[in-house]
Amino acid sequence: MNETDLHFFIDSTVNYFEEITGERAVTGIPYLKGKEPVVLDYSGIIGISGKRKGCIYITTTKEMLKSLASIILDDNEATLETVKDLTGEIANTISGNVREAYGSSFMISVPVVVEGRAKDIRLPEQVQAFVIPITWQENKSFLVVCLE
Amino acid sequence: MFESEGIMQENIRLLIVDDSMTIRQAIERNLKEFPLEVVGSAGDGRTALELFKTTKPDVVTLDITMPEMDGITVLEEMMKINKNVKIMVITALKDKATGLRAIQLGARSYLIKPFTSEKLKAAFGRMMGNN
Repeated sequence: MNETDLHFFIDSTVNYFEEITGERAVTGIPYLKGKEPVVLDYSGIIGISGKRKGCIYITTTKEMLKSLASIILDDNEATLETVKDLTGEIANTISGNVREAYGSSFMISVPVVVEGRAKDIRLPEQVQAFVIPITWQENKSFLVVCLE
Repeated sequence: MFESEGIMQENIRLLIVDDSMTIRQAIERNLKEFPLEVVGSAGDGRTALELFKTTKPDVVTLDITMPEMDGITVLEEMMKINKNVKIMVITALKDKATGLRAIQLGARSYLIKPFTSEKLKAAFGRMMGNN
């Protein structure tokens, strides 16, 4: 992975929030993931196959998801089910949009959603993972990209 | 009643297909101003096809990345069953090849996620011929 790859994901993430909410997300400087877990309340994981192999996940807080859900559904009482579902959908959208740069050989899986901060998300070994910090409306999230 | 091509019709029968419950709800909510009856809502491709056969919708909104059966396969099968159905593909897959493939297979519209309410309604309206 290089700086260009990271920019594709950053652009996709910024575009997601701007399009849905009208308010830009701000991304921090990407850094190499170490052994420390990068896991918040909910994580949406996408497996990548085809020409590039690996995994992408977004991890975020319940508060952020409830805020987004209230905009998407005009409903301030988002259920836990909606919050979980939205995590997967965010991951799906960010990953799918990156196909604009990588083409149709960048194959994405259906999302898997993990709840809770107990454990780190297991990533492909021997492949570097980058963490992109995201801030939207003072809510912090992370996009973790692990691609060959 | 709804007028289309000079013919008064009953409400348009809509089948919503997306593995995200949030997106299915958002589509239904945002298309409320159209004279629609939501006849089914499916979270995977296999269920979508079963509902398509039993509910006989006029219009389908169809995701691509789904469990059980992907949306391109579903699109192909739906067109075999009823080539007059209007299918709007709504997907995060932003590459031109997938969009082109969907249109070649018979999709009338291709909307990229994330979508705003305005973009969804505009695309749906164009597909239904109400500009």
